[in-house]
Amino acid sequence: MVKTQTRSAVWIQLILIVFSISMLVPFLWMILTAFKSVSESTSVDPFVVFPSVWRIDSFRTVIANMNFLLLYKNTILLIFWRVITAVATATMAGYAFARLNFPGRDFAFSLVLFQMMVPSQIFVIPQYIMISKLNALNTMFGLVFPGLVTAFGTFLMRQSFKGLPRDLEEAAKLDGCNIGQTFLHIMLPLTRSNMVALGIFTSVFAYKDLLWPMIAAPRNEATTLAAALAKMQGQYGANFPQLMAASLLACLPMIVLYLLFQRQFIEGIATTGGKL
Amino acid sequence: MASIKKISLRRREEFFWGWLFILPTMVGLIVLNIIPIFQTIYQSFFKTGDFGRGNIFVGLSNYVRLINDKDVWQALANTLKYAVTEVVVSIAISLVLAVLLNKKIRFRAGYRTIFFLPMIAAPAAIAMVWRWLYNTEFGLLNNLFGTKINWISNPNFAIYSIAVIGIWSILGYNIVLFLAGLQEIPNDYYEASSIDGASGIRQFFNITLPLLSPTIFFVVVTRVIGALQVFDLIFMVVDITNPALTKTQSLVYLFYRYSFTQGNRGYGSTIVVLLLLVIMFVTIFQIIAQKKWVFYN
Repeated sequence: MVKTQTRSAVWIQLILIVFSISMLVPFLWMILTAFKSVSESTSVDPFVVFPSVWRIDSFRTVIANMNFLLLYKNTILLIFWRVITAVATATMAGYAFARLNFPGRDFAFSLVLFQMMVPSQIFVIPQYIMISKLNALNTMFGLVFPGLVTAFGTFLMRQSFKGLPRDLEEAAKLDGCNIGQTFLHIMLPLTRSNMVALGIFTSVFAYKDLLWPMIAAPRNEATTLAAALAKMQGQYGANFPQLMAASLLACLPMIVLYLLFQRQFIEGIATTGGKL
Repeated sequence: MASIKKISLRRREEFFWGWLFILPTMVGLIVLNIIPIFQTIYQSFFKTGDFGRGNIFVGLSNYVRLINDKDVWQALANTLKYAVTEVVVSIAISLVLAVLLNKKIRFRAGYRTIFFLPMIAAPAAIAMVWRWLYNTEFGLLNNLFGTKINWISNPNFAIYSIAVIGIWSILGYNIVLFLAGLQEIPNDYYEASSIDGASGIRQFFNITLPLLSPTIFFVVVTRVIGALQVFDLIFMVVDITNPALTKTQSLVYLFYRYSFTQGNRGYGSTIVVLLLLVIMFVTIFQIIAQKKWVFYN
């Protein structure tokens, strides 16, 4: 009995290791290629796995040519504004939908649900026309624009407020708090973990989004990492070390954050059930 | 009397705060989403004028063109092929991996971290590294196998090579959702069936699958909707000169090309309306079909 159990444990480990390796190989190959010379990278000898010398030339070139600092700045600002506006609006609305009774509430909430069921591409052309009429192409406002509010986040926050006990609000009411004070001082702190989850989900979504920055901020100095990387592919053709160096630079900040805050990341993205 | 007054006061208070709290979201939602839905549908009856001239009403002619457009039907077929492959394979693999990870094993958290890693990588970077792996002459895959396969430029299977990238990207997400579902299944079921002498595989089919079916249903529905909107991967992996382009471009890819590179927003809108109908149809079908296989306690 014990023997079969250890044997099956070995099999399980083996399967998991094989899959882990196949998950990691693309990342490892990205790193290795980024440090190789062009001729090394295109060597057909399958034993040239590691670069003979760890070169940083490719990093230098792409940093100089792509203005990475600006791209980081744009991406961070986009994430910052998206998170602030999404979390603020969704928390307030989520609370009202979960806990307050007022005429028009159910109809308003049905609009929230309706938005979640529709493919997001259907909003893109009118949103694009709006920001071009506002002269906001290639601006931070234009980039943030479609994410000013979030139906998904509102739904998520409503669920999280629904799970809280009612006694707290009753007690606050007896103490003479109005609804605004109850929300701000009592209820809001209790949903902190869900707000963090929504914040992380919003960040990763903003970071990965490609279609909107490509059309709303096509200019090199106004765009985000994801969109700049997409553009770069056409320009660098087959210089794989440079392409991989740029990919690595674009992925690295998020990977570091992920490794530091794994639990929050995994909960934030997966347990919210949001689609990325 | 006093209590009635108190109730109406409370009502007024809730009305005031309720609308105050939802106002930003509702204004945003109506301006950014609800009105655009109708604008897009409206736009699909117009042809975008050349040289900045306004819209020209063309009635149903965009729809007539759509019905006769071989590229659109091919793109729909590509999208469906991609979605079915990605969803079915990724769910099958992640189910097995989640069941294995749900056991008391070493390095559980480490494996979970690794499987989830692609979820936080920029899609453009993922696409570039996979293009590099798939490269016909110098790619790692062909080097490893000693082959010269055109993974992403052979029209016969390029879409499946792209689906492999999609599967690789989404495994961790599915696994985490399945793990959450698996933890809800009480251990007693497994203990009881072990006493009855059921094997691990029988337990998987008789206990795990039925009890996990609500989670599986949720993952299938959301992933199908996501996969039908595939754009980033195809846009990044398939160049405009790739011979497999017509056999790989998705509906959203066509929508992007017509609306933003060719400036034909009317026809782009028509394609997006088709996408909306496809997603609605598929989702409604799944909701009806769930009664046949989803098991609720």
